Amino acid sequence: MVMGELEQQTGLLVIGNGPGGYAAAFRAADLGLDVTMVDPFPKPGGVCLYTGCIPSKTLLFLSTLIYDAARVGDMGVHFDKPRVDLEALKTWKNKVISSMSGGLLSLSKQRGVQLIKGRAVFEDSHTVRLENAEVRRLRFKQAVIATGSEPIAYPGVPFKTGGRIMNSTGALALADVPQSLLIIGGGYVGLELGTVYSALGSRVTVVEMADLLLPGVDRDLVEPLRKRLDSIFAGIHLKTKVAGLTEKEDGVDVILEGEGEHSEQRFDRVLVAIGRKPSTGSLGLEKTQVKTDKRGFILIDDQQRTADPDIFAVGDAAGGMMLANKASREGKVAAEVIAGMPSAFDVRAIPATIYTDPQISWCGLTEEQAREKNIEVKILRFPWKFSGRAHTMGASEGLTKIVVDPKSGRIAGVGIVGREAEGLVSEGSLAVEMGALAEDLALSLHPHPTLSETESEAAELFLGNSTHVLSKKQA
Amino acid sequence: MSKSFTLPDLGEGIHEAEVLAIHVVEGRQVKEGDVILEVETDKAAVEIPSPYTGEVGQVLVKTGDLVKVGDSMIVFENGAGEEAGPGPSDKQIEKPSREEQQKPIPAADGKEKGPVPASPATRRLARELGVDLHQVPPTGPEGLVTAEDVRSFAAKAKEVATVPQVSLPGETSMAIGTPELPDFKQWGEVERRPFRSIRRATARQMITAWSQIPHVTSQDWADITKLEAFRKKHKDEIKAAGGRLTLTVFGLKAAATALKVYPMFNSSLDLAAQEIVVKKYFHIGVAVDTEDGLIVPVIRDVDRKSIKELSIELNDCVQRTRSRKIGLDALQGGTFTITNAGAMGGGFFTPIINFPQVAILGFGHGRMQPYVVTRDDGSYDIVPRLMMPVVLCFDHRVVDGADSIRFMKVLIETLQDPEELLISMT
Repeated sequence: MVMGELEQQTGLLVIGNGPGGYAAAFRAADLGLDVTMVDPFPKPGGVCLYTGCIPSKTLLFLSTLIYDAARVGDMGVHFDKPRVDLEALKTWKNKVISSMSGGLLSLSKQRGVQLIKGRAVFEDSHTVRLENAEVRRLRFKQAVIATGSEPIAYPGVPFKTGGRIMNSTGALALADVPQSLLIIGGGYVGLELGTVYSALGSRVTVVEMADLLLPGVDRDLVEPLRKRLDSIFAGIHLKTKVAGLTEKEDGVDVILEGEGEHSEQRFDRVLVAIGRKPSTGSLGLEKTQVKTDKRGFILIDDQQRTADPDIFAVGDAAGGMMLANKASREGKVAAEVIAGMPSAFDVRAIPATIYTDPQISWCGLTEEQAREKNIEVKILRFPWKFSGRAHTMGASEGLTKIVVDPKSGRIAGVGIVGREAEGLVSEGSLAVEMGALAEDLALSLHPHPTLSETESEAAELFLGNSTHVLSKKQA
Repeated sequence: MSKSFTLPDLGEGIHEAEVLAIHVVEGRQVKEGDVILEVETDKAAVEIPSPYTGEVGQVLVKTGDLVKVGDSMIVFENGAGEEAGPGPSDKQIEKPSREEQQKPIPAADGKEKGPVPASPATRRLARELGVDLHQVPPTGPEGLVTAEDVRSFAAKAKEVATVPQVSLPGETSMAIGTPELPDFKQWGEVERRPFRSIRRATARQMITAWSQIPHVTSQDWADITKLEAFRKKHKDEIKAAGGRLTLTVFGLKAAATALKVYPMFNSSLDLAAQEIVVKKYFHIGVAVDTEDGLIVPVIRDVDRKSIKELSIELNDCVQRTRSRKIGLDALQGGTFTITNAGAMGGGFFTPIINFPQVAILGFGHGRMQPYVVTRDDGSYDIVPRLMMPVVLCFDHRVVDGADSIRFMKVLIETLQDPEELLISMT
């Protein structure tokens, strides 16, 4: 194909170049398809790379260092108060992003995926109009929608670039370190970014309408985090809503209404983190047979097929857990199905991690889901206060839990709160996916002393022979 | 909550269906039991009732689609539960079709069981081999299905499977070994028509029968002069009772008589078990020519029914078959088949056995023929008689030519002498 043509044809059109989109494009190209990827942002990577996972984790790595430096004072090692060079920090963050970005760009080229900058709008089931692009129209045999999601704004207060009322993108841009920051929403985005800003020196307040933080996550996993956040945040107001939100030149006036909290306060900045919505509204889906639910998530089957036979959808736009790992697998599945392979999304344990301090990570069936769905389970809890390694790190508040079938001991899910939970959970994913039994996990020797032992020790609880916890049977 | 309705298992050996009609639109309220779809399988048209009461959220299929068992067809909205507040921590976003597909099978005690334990690689293998993990007997600890389990299940399924699976597990394998076709357009205009449902099922069945069964055909004449006189005499009386007295009705009765005398013609060969399965029931299929192709409904227990009963039942059965209202059950379980081409004309022909049966009986068109009779005094005379060609195709693995001659003799004698049939008239 030659650039500059008004109208082009392609085998597979991928709309959106985030982790779902580029995974689909790369896999499809590897399978011999003619692939074109369209996105308003010319370089692949999406929200994950530019305004999500990667920049936030770059900052959270530094936050953890800052907290650790303070924490080891109790262990007899004292650091001076950290000096934060905001410009250098941003340069570092951008360097991380650009090295990843360059890699994805060259991978696209090596695979022969054509990249077009522009916004795609469906004209029918086999044609898109391209806005702000060099090519005006693209005809395709099949398409994968991977347009992702975007932050939801506070009602009546749209986000403005550079404004004091920010979404996660604005917060990650790190214009300054505000003295006071209000975070609206007690989900993972709010808590992660609150952790960053608090480490950098902001007074962070969180308001959440629900009566708990991180709804949907097992309570016993949230509890140690809640304790920690109480100590680093200026305030956490549950069952509290924001009744007024007005940006002024030198701050944001906020009216808080809730249990034990009726006040009008001024914050330097406000982060609105009340959720994300699918970016499907202006795609022209009405010109296709694609169906969405009431919230705009595209309905798909386990082969990523939409109601339109030649259009597939992956990632956040298709709903489910809004996670890059899930999007990426879905992208591969879509590509394989399009290439005629009998592929399907049959993941049983999607691991999710919240990179707070301590981290929370889980995969597979949670205790809450088991209760909601009336699935009979046994919960094996191994508190880290019994772990030698946790004590050496001052991380004894952690908890490892395994959700198993009460009869067979087959592992259905794993949940962890504590340091390094992000890596520990993967053993759980493998266990669930392989159909492993608690006995398998218990009998697999783990290195000592490590936090990973908490998983085998939790599994031993099923057999009633945990070394460091006395089970009822033994007592 | 949304619920997705998938194409249910429609019975033995049916893997897919073509959507004939959709009786609902999105937004329509339906009650459990309302007919929502009409599909056509390899064997018959089937009306599908709604399993739920609720609103039709989405129709995922359109007329003409080929759907496989388990494919989502319609998504039902059952009201509440959709409006939960959005947010990144909201992990239970509804995705009806996928969720339903991966829904665990509820156990007998009402508690939900998890999905079939199997590693991701095993699950992929199962998809590739077209194996449903729920059906695989597990050998791993606590019910774990291993890759080896899946492989041996697939191999066994191939070995044991009946008709369509044997050599033709699906559409694609129909093409195996078929030479590439030339471009017919180079010699003139052509039209390409879909090769589907009954046409395709017939093709599969014929390939199976033709490639597996060594066919031999016996041919003879039956003198049906008396029988025809008998038929004419009684046909109004039968008509009044709601039946149709056709030659096929007598054929059914005569075949049942002959099958009882020679039960090997009422058997199936089980190669895997190295046994011949002799059936003690006499369910005879009747080939019916319909607008959509050949369908073979089965008349059960022919030996226990009178001519009158058979006339009524066969007539009803043919009507329902032609209007595609016949149930799948009525197309299964046949032990022998009759194909009567005579009404349309035609003489001798060689029908193909309806696998896994062992024989098929065919009637040609009865014509007045000069027939040599021997008088009492030993001299000959030529008289006009109504003569009908009768053919019997049989599986030479199970029966021999001599058997077929004997079988035909009983059959033809029965047809020539309606006295015996007369006894069972009412």
